Amino acid sequence: MQPILEERASRPPRLNGGAGGGAAGRAGDAVLLVASAAAAALIVLMLVVILVDALIHGAGTVSFAFLTKPPSGGMMAGGVGPAIFGTAALTIVMTIAVVPVGVLTAIYLSEYASPSSRLARIVRLAVANLAGVPSIVFGLFGLGFFIQAIGRGIDRVAFGGQVTYGQPALVWAALTLSILTMPVVIVATEEALRAVPRSLRDASLALGATKFQTTFNVVVPQALGGILTGAILAVSRGAGEVAPILFTGAAFFLPELPTNLNDQFMHLGYHVYVLATQSPDVDRTKPILYGSVLVLLGLTFALNFVAVIIRARTRRGAAARA
Amino acid sequence: MIEDLSNGTTGPRGKLAVRGLDVFYRVEKPKKGQPGENQALKAVDLDVGVNEVLALIGPSGCGKSTFLRVLNRMNDTVPGARVAGSVTLDGEEILAPKYDVVGLRRRVGMVFQRPVAFPKSIFDNVAYGLRAHGLSEKRELEWRVQQALTRAALWDEVKDRLDANGLGLSGGQAQRLCIARALAVEPEVLLMDEPTSALDPIATAKLEELIAELREELTIVIVTHSMQQAGRVSQRTAFFYMGSLVEVGTTRDVFTRPREPRTEDYISGRFG
Repeated sequence: MQPILEERASRPPRLNGGAGGGAAGRAGDAVLLVASAAAAALIVLMLVVILVDALIHGAGTVSFAFLTKPPSGGMMAGGVGPAIFGTAALTIVMTIAVVPVGVLTAIYLSEYASPSSRLARIVRLAVANLAGVPSIVFGLFGLGFFIQAIGRGIDRVAFGGQVTYGQPALVWAALTLSILTMPVVIVATEEALRAVPRSLRDASLALGATKFQTTFNVVVPQALGGILTGAILAVSRGAGEVAPILFTGAAFFLPELPTNLNDQFMHLGYHVYVLATQSPDVDRTKPILYGSVLVLLGLTFALNFVAVIIRARTRRGAAARA
Repeated sequence: MIEDLSNGTTGPRGKLAVRGLDVFYRVEKPKKGQPGENQALKAVDLDVGVNEVLALIGPSGCGKSTFLRVLNRMNDTVPGARVAGSVTLDGEEILAPKYDVVGLRRRVGMVFQRPVAFPKSIFDNVAYGLRAHGLSEKRELEWRVQQALTRAALWDEVKDRLDANGLGLSGGQAQRLCIARALAVEPEVLLMDEPTSALDPIATAKLEELIAELREELTIVIVTHSMQQAGRVSQRTAFFYMGSLVEVGTTRDVFTRPREPRTEDYISGRFG
């Protein structure tokens, strides 16, 4: 045993430049400590820089009027009201689409599929790969599948070929986003369901409850905190994504708020992109740009914060039960 | 008093009859040369009589819990478990693939080793099975919940806080809550898997008293690691070892003059 241990101990020093012995090993420890702490500090620093930068330049802009008024003066004045509305509408429709499908998929994977089931393996593989697809690809997919295939199909069948749904629209953008965020919901829900002890399921089944009753009366309520956390994380991820909605429904500027599922909409993230790249006068747009960034950040952080609180509460609950 | 139990295999008037029972569990990732299945029970023949308490004893892993879980088909929930042989309840084969398992579990209730209260109110815990079976009439529910809690000797302790969360009960109370929950659906047989192993001596004594009372109304099969407990609560005792039923007879016989040397070794504490 002894020689092997010595061999191990001498490895970091070799990477360090050849000094030998235990002292150098300890020096390696110190280096690693400093390096890892610095890396961790760097992450925090980045977040602080982003926040401070957005606050310094944007805080002066954000007011009640800014949050409610539409942009005006060639996007160089006014507010982000319609963009907030559009983001909210998009996120709500997305949530309605993603949560039921995601939760049901997770229930299938966790409660119904046998561990050796081939279908379950394929679903898990698909979910894992879906999570790795670049978001711009989702945008193109949404354009090709939802708008060109399904939307045009609906138009042909129900509207006599008149373009009604076969164009970028709130519903298509929301569905595209829901596919992007689906893995988050599925993985979080499945984990939450798996964390429910088997003894609870057994206790319910042994009382003559059916699997369905057991799942919906015992397992899902117990996992609700985790499921909600997953849903909120998905929402906050979806609220900030721009690439998937570029071609599927987001509009540069709209004089009116969307009222139908097949209307286009303004979106905070896209608005930021537009202000940053399409403005005729960058300097005059800057305060509004930073204000929009601040609002977008605030919205996302608020959602993440809610998710953290829910998770902490469920943890406490679980600890109290254990 | 129970009639002739001389051969031990058949108890008084039969409630459950087990014949040639084999249970296999699938081995995950078997090593080379290892079979893909583990046999947990081998050719077990055993009867359970009406209104008797049958104790199952034996060292850990001997198959007694597996045996218990076959009787209300809880083994169905174990992936890769396979059961062969015959188990009849009042003469009806319960291992038949098409047999109504949900209905079976209403007739054959179960109490587990660790008391698991649902994170619901005490009332809702006891009403859970009744509601699952479609009972929703409020007064009927209230009456049955009270009956069940009374029979489980818990009513006096909780009658003023039925709305309190079941998770707030002590270990002994929680186990009696689980018994009340099982009794609420009025089973004919109650299976108990080491019901006192998580309880202190006072709670254990209370529970044993309760078992003696319940015996008047239903049939009880209890797995226990405590020889004293088997002696106190059961009329007959079955000794399992390595998946086989070694010996079954009246509790007095099994403990005072066991026929098999392995039984004697186990009872006298030489192994297990």
